[in-house]
Amino acid sequence: MSSSTPSVAARLDAVTHHYGKTLALAEVTLVVPAGRTLGLIGPDGVGKSTLLSLVAGARAVQQGRVEALGGDMADRRHREGVCARIAYMPQGLGKNLYPTLSVDENLQFFGQLFGHDAAERERRIDELTRSTGLHAFRQRPAGKLSGGMKQKLGLCCALIHDPDLLILDEPTTGVDPLARSQFWDLIARIRAERVGMSVIVATAYMDEAQRFDSLVAMDAGRILATGTPDALLARTRTTHLEAAFVALLPPQKRAGHRTLVIPPLPATPGAADIAIEARDLTMRFGDFVAVDHVSFRIRRGEIFGFLGSNGCGKTTTMKMLTGLLPASAGRAWLFGHEVNPKDIATRRRVGYMSQAFSLYGELTVAQNLELHARLFGVPASEVTERAAHMAARFGLTESMDRLPDALPLGLRQRLSLAVAMVHEPELLILDEPTSGVDPVARDHFWELLATLSRRDGVTIFVSTHFMNEAERCDRISLMHAGRVLVSDSPAAIVRKRAARDLEEAFIAYLVDAGARGDVPDRPVATEAAHATTVPPTPDARHRHVFSLARAWSYSVREALELRRDPVRATLALVGSLILMFIMGFGINMDVQDLTFAVLDLDQTAQSRDYALNLGGSRTFVERPALASEAELDRRMRSGELSLALVIPPGFARDVARGHGVAIGAYIDGAMPSRAETIAGYVQGMHQAWLAERARATGGTGSGGPAVIETRFHYNPAVESLPAMVPAVIPILLLMFPAMLTALAVVREKELGSILNLYVTPVTRSEFLFGKQLPYVGLALLNFLAMALMAVTVFEVPMKGSFAALFVAAVLYTVCATGIGLLASTFTRSQVAALFSTMIGTMIPAVQFSGMIDPVSSLEGAGAFIGRIYPASHFLTISRGVFSKGLGFDDLIASFLPLALAVPVILATAVLLLRKQET
Amino acid sequence: MDARIANTYRLGVKELWGLWRDPVMLVLVVFFFTVSVYTSATAMPDILNKAPIAIVDEDRSPLSERIVSAFYPPQFLPSSLDSLAGIDAGLDAGEYTFALVIPTGFQRDVLAGRQPAIQLNVDATRMSQAFSGSGYAQQIILGEVAGFVARQRATAAPGVDLALRARFNPTLDHRWFGSVMAIINNVTMLSILLTGAALIREREHGTIEHLLVMPVTPMQIMLSKVWSMGLVVLVAATFSLFFVVQGLLDVRIEGSIALFLGIAALHLFATTSMGIFMATMTRTMPQFAMLLILVLLPLQMLSGASTPRESMPVFVQQFMLAAPTTHFVAAAQAILYRGAGLPYVWPQVLWLAAIGTAFFALSLRRFNRTLGQMA
Repeated sequence: MSSSTPSVAARLDAVTHHYGKTLALAEVTLVVPAGRTLGLIGPDGVGKSTLLSLVAGARAVQQGRVEALGGDMADRRHREGVCARIAYMPQGLGKNLYPTLSVDENLQFFGQLFGHDAAERERRIDELTRSTGLHAFRQRPAGKLSGGMKQKLGLCCALIHDPDLLILDEPTTGVDPLARSQFWDLIARIRAERVGMSVIVATAYMDEAQRFDSLVAMDAGRILATGTPDALLARTRTTHLEAAFVALLPPQKRAGHRTLVIPPLPATPGAADIAIEARDLTMRFGDFVAVDHVSFRIRRGEIFGFLGSNGCGKTTTMKMLTGLLPASAGRAWLFGHEVNPKDIATRRRVGYMSQAFSLYGELTVAQNLELHARLFGVPASEVTERAAHMAARFGLTESMDRLPDALPLGLRQRLSLAVAMVHEPELLILDEPTSGVDPVARDHFWELLATLSRRDGVTIFVSTHFMNEAERCDRISLMHAGRVLVSDSPAAIVRKRAARDLEEAFIAYLVDAGARGDVPDRPVATEAAHATTVPPTPDARHRHVFSLARAWSYSVREALELRRDPVRATLALVGSLILMFIMGFGINMDVQDLTFAVLDLDQTAQSRDYALNLGGSRTFVERPALASEAELDRRMRSGELSLALVIPPGFARDVARGHGVAIGAYIDGAMPSRAETIAGYVQGMHQAWLAERARATGGTGSGGPAVIETRFHYNPAVESLPAMVPAVIPILLLMFPAMLTALAVVREKELGSILNLYVTPVTRSEFLFGKQLPYVGLALLNFLAMALMAVTVFEVPMKGSFAALFVAAVLYTVCATGIGLLASTFTRSQVAALFSTMIGTMIPAVQFSGMIDPVSSLEGAGAFIGRIYPASHFLTISRGVFSKGLGFDDLIASFLPLALAVPVILATAVLLLRKQET
Repeated sequence: MDARIANTYRLGVKELWGLWRDPVMLVLVVFFFTVSVYTSATAMPDILNKAPIAIVDEDRSPLSERIVSAFYPPQFLPSSLDSLAGIDAGLDAGEYTFALVIPTGFQRDVLAGRQPAIQLNVDATRMSQAFSGSGYAQQIILGEVAGFVARQRATAAPGVDLALRARFNPTLDHRWFGSVMAIINNVTMLSILLTGAALIREREHGTIEHLLVMPVTPMQIMLSKVWSMGLVVLVAATFSLFFVVQGLLDVRIEGSIALFLGIAALHLFATTSMGIFMATMTRTMPQFAMLLILVLLPLQMLSGASTPRESMPVFVQQFMLAAPTTHFVAAAQAILYRGAGLPYVWPQVLWLAAIGTAFFALSLRRFNRTLGQMA
């Protein structure tokens, strides 16, 4: 476990990895030297990220052997031992950060995971934020940082525990060149301080790979070549790494590739031929200025580029031009017409391709083309022909019947372009069209753009964060923080700054623009002394006992995040109260204000007496009498009457003579349970009338041979609320806490921050119990509120021991949230977690827990579930305490199984949770 | 064809394709209109289903044995106790819903005409069983006693009978009620879910941006989702009504199914608009699902579909007049159960049309306002 082999940081031996049927890595063998920087280069989807996550231990090894820091990463004990010495920064801006947490809170969280005490954390956070220039932004939420700052924060979080191996997955993608060079300077300084630290970096920017000690070029899950940057250039006889990479590709992939030459834009006679003009375009979101007085003019047929980092305002500017966003200030004109979101006609002249691939994944290539053609008003007779024509032009003919998701990235990009071009627009607006596409496909794409511009005279407005793409434009605007720094042809810009290349020129402009806010406050060198005095990371042996501090750090973080998410917080705080209110009134079985009418065909005192007997009760409300059978039918059909009585002619006479006589009672059977209750009431009334009559006449036949004394226990008036409310509490106290807890874990899976469980020393139980704690607290708060609501709003008395109920509620909420944790271990998306938990808790709780049918009357599987399910026992306790006046002693038989369920549920959840991605 | 209508039609067809290629949603639609309808119809227990009853027979006479043997499944689940002592504990623990005590000398006293009393204890926290179960138990006991006495001495006094008839559902078959109410609830839920999901899917995939730069208006986008998802739900409900309810469950439907479907279409107009509205208030599917739970439960539980409206507090009744479900349920019950025609349900039709128009207008306004933030 010690770094006894200092010359090698990591080693891969014949590593193969699949995602389903997709091959991500094929027999990769690689040695990562210690104390150096190794760069992985290649476009998206070639296996770089997979390789890095395997080395970091975030992903389980499928085939082959992966060693890191002197041990096998398939061995759990080794992984647990070294994870504190490896730092892993996944791909995506701020992927492992918590966007609603501030810079400080993020760093505190990671510091706690690695077991630093408060003073030590503060010292480290202070140092790291000062050296990265984040110090002034410590209170800002991570989600509101710029791309470059997010990446620096990610790096701080990774470096907080002094790792020996730093793994960075595309750390600078989408970051502006100044922030990028600052980032690499930072890494260089850190490496200077921590001699012996190894760094593995994946990058899509070939130009920055020039800085690394050695390079690994990858394609389609295989290694194309390894060597120093110079060696690779020498081997391919090229001057740029990008060209070197293309040269290294297998011949069939290079087919048709040639160096792209775009003919110069012919000078147009009149300067009046302007396609786009913007004057002082400004966009504000609240007090944030996304685009700040941007002005430019683009000639017809020109290829105009917007160069800048993520979040600098490129996309927002484009959206204002397309009319997607109304500008806060300033004006813009397309072909001389002022941009107006309501102007449908101008839209037909513009083609737009948005940043991410955003066509309909559920429509085939042909359907996508045809739909867009039709919506743009291409005549119906030409639609199919047009689609076929576009497909041929953009090389999509063979893919017409396929779904876009099944196409390779480069092909999808061409489809997006084809769709944007299907109505033959005069202007194309392309937002970062080639992100992640491999160099060959990118060159092919630019060839298409060149033809469109030069041959068809289409104006192209394109944004990018690649320098080499910007160099292909006729003119570019450099953008930073919502402002245009300069607009000119790329060559002129380089000349103006007397720079070596465009990147250097851009950086010079950025520095001029004052983009220095996040440079270090003081040199790092002064910290070198501190850094060496930092005690080595705690002993591996102590690290894997359950640590309250680490669990607590998860609890604190979860509580903070929950507080800042209004939808979840509302659901957690008042969801069950709202539902209890609804169910209290909704599941009301009491029957009252029943409407009835009488069809009295006798019209005697006796018959009226019978009707009066019924109308006198609180339950029944008499409506105007019926005159005929037809009226009876009509009024019952309309739902006006729930009950109709028909007193036959000669009723009084027959009664007096002692002849048998029948009164007809028609009940509305539309709602069967209600009809049964009505029937019960009517029979009761009828019996009462008979008894009354018998007493009055003193006749025979009164009183049966026996009497039944019915005693309604616990709820003498047989009212709904006292019966329902104690039964509803267990169901609500199960559903919401379980759902929210399940979401808490699955959210991390969806957002990617679950990686922190995979690669930090936190154990599964610390992770789960830490996350569970805030929800147990919330659930108990909910319980108290529901109990209060029961006693006050619903006026249901609590007759037994509240202490007993509270203790049971504590046990029960731990079970409920535990069930949520359990559900989260096998669901991947939040929606699945939500629905599966809801169904998984509601069905057993409603059907098998004795809410409607007592558990003792269930059979088979239902009976088994009912006997062991925590809701059954809590229901018994809740009813016992609320209605039956019971305490601890009477309910001990229900407490024991409830207490037993806690460890069973939690242990199962811990066992099922994975500490690695598969 | 007018270009606006053509666009609305094409975008709607696109929604149908989207649904067709979304297996999860398809399974949900099929599940809710077949399995779910079937199970809610059949799983709805009769009120007395194996109600546990404890019987203490202290008399041990032929009459008392006759009474004891009259309690049997499926209505009752009898268990015999030796002494009174077990009754309280059993009732406390919820083991029994009923406990019957036949006192010593019961038969003797009956025959002597002394009107002895039998004690029936009921756990009234089990509302549904307590009320009707105790009545049923009384009938059984009195019937047995009367039968026993009748054998001993033949007397029968003609009295006044009450001829109870349940109209529209003579046997008070719960499948009737359960199946149709399940369809009604599922129509509401799926229409909101499908429409909301259709909009959120566009938003999550970024395709809404594409729509907005095309020559289509927000009105067309919204209408296309309303008609396509409404149509899916309507077709599924029709299928369910014919094949599951009438076919599989063999439920006889009184009224005009065409009228019911017409009213369902009006209802769908309101609920699909709600789906759009809710989708504009949330950013992601999980948020939408949570909001759905909070909105759907009151919409269904307080609509009068599960418990009668007149038992609810007055302010709840009035508030729920603004909910489309209230009127849909009322109209559906009138048509499907009571065979009512348009002359009876026109007030509901007017209500639904008004609510649907209001909801659509509100949603369209909000949709227009929030579109900019979605792209």
